[in-house]
Amino acid sequence: MDKKNVRGFLEFVYDFYKSMKAHEITLVYEGEITHQITKAFTSLTESNMAKEEESNSVQKKVFHVMVECLQNISKHADSFGSDDFLFAGRGIFMVSKGDVEYHVTTGNVIENNKIEELTRILDHINVLDKEGLKQLYKTQMREGRLSEKGGAGLGFIDIARKTGRRLEYHFLTIDEETSFFILTSTISRTE
Amino acid sequence: MNTIKIMGTDDTPTVILDAENEIFEISGRSLPEDVTAFYEPIIRWLDEYASSPNPKTVFTFKLVYFNTASSKLLLDILMKLEQMHEDGKEMLVRWYYPEDDEDMQEAGEEYADIVDVPFEQVSYTLS
Repeated sequence: MDKKNVRGFLEFVYDFYKSMKAHEITLVYEGEITHQITKAFTSLTESNMAKEEESNSVQKKVFHVMVECLQNISKHADSFGSDDFLFAGRGIFMVSKGDVEYHVTTGNVIENNKIEELTRILDHINVLDKEGLKQLYKTQMREGRLSEKGGAGLGFIDIARKTGRRLEYHFLTIDEETSFFILTSTISRTE
Repeated sequence: MNTIKIMGTDDTPTVILDAENEIFEISGRSLPEDVTAFYEPIIRWLDEYASSPNPKTVFTFKLVYFNTASSKLLLDILMKLEQMHEDGKEMLVRWYYPEDDEDMQEAGEEYADIVDVPFEQVSYTLS
């Protein structure tokens, strides 16, 4: 790097740092989500929460949501681009901690032709109350089949049940083939 | 009949299936990397056990955490027990949950709703 590039890079690092601070991000990762990554992130967050004497119930909720979000990426993030530039099982994963709540955010690339189905699933979950979610979970557990990748179609329902909130999601169009899917789960620290 | 004895890790449960000594237990945490591969020998063992089960089987679940993929496999196990119950064998599921863990208690209640097998909920204090 020449001098000008070094300066640009240093500014980027500092801006990135400030931006993380401003958004109260305690963990951010981009890349392939493997089982080892899932274990490392959950145990790191667990020990941080224990240190900060977060209540058991909040700790468990955050743990549940993190595992299901990470598994969603590893099982469902699509590949795009040429074969030597695969994005399958990759995505961005962030945990932020504010005064009153935790946010777990995932972002990954999906094919546009899957948006309709995904939207249908998420919106269906979002209209259900506590009892409705419970029934849906039971039905899905009984009737659903494990996919090849070990997905049971239960992750989103579990997130909605554990957080007690609607699933907050967005799609950003990348191009004609693909979009970026963002899901943010919020766990209250005061319950 | 063979016994299964799997020591638990931070992402897989302890599993003991020992017909001779009448120990049937799954405990700890369950989020295996490959749920199907982890539970397959357990399901297979239960299939074999079902051909000549003990007069009475008390199956203990004492889990502190399981992911959604595991929840489906736990149901498969419970359905094996249900089948034996339907075949006239005495079955009892003991579902242990930490006393402050409503979610684990509720998970037990949900399984009890789904499968037709005698179900006992037991709360305990985490040491």
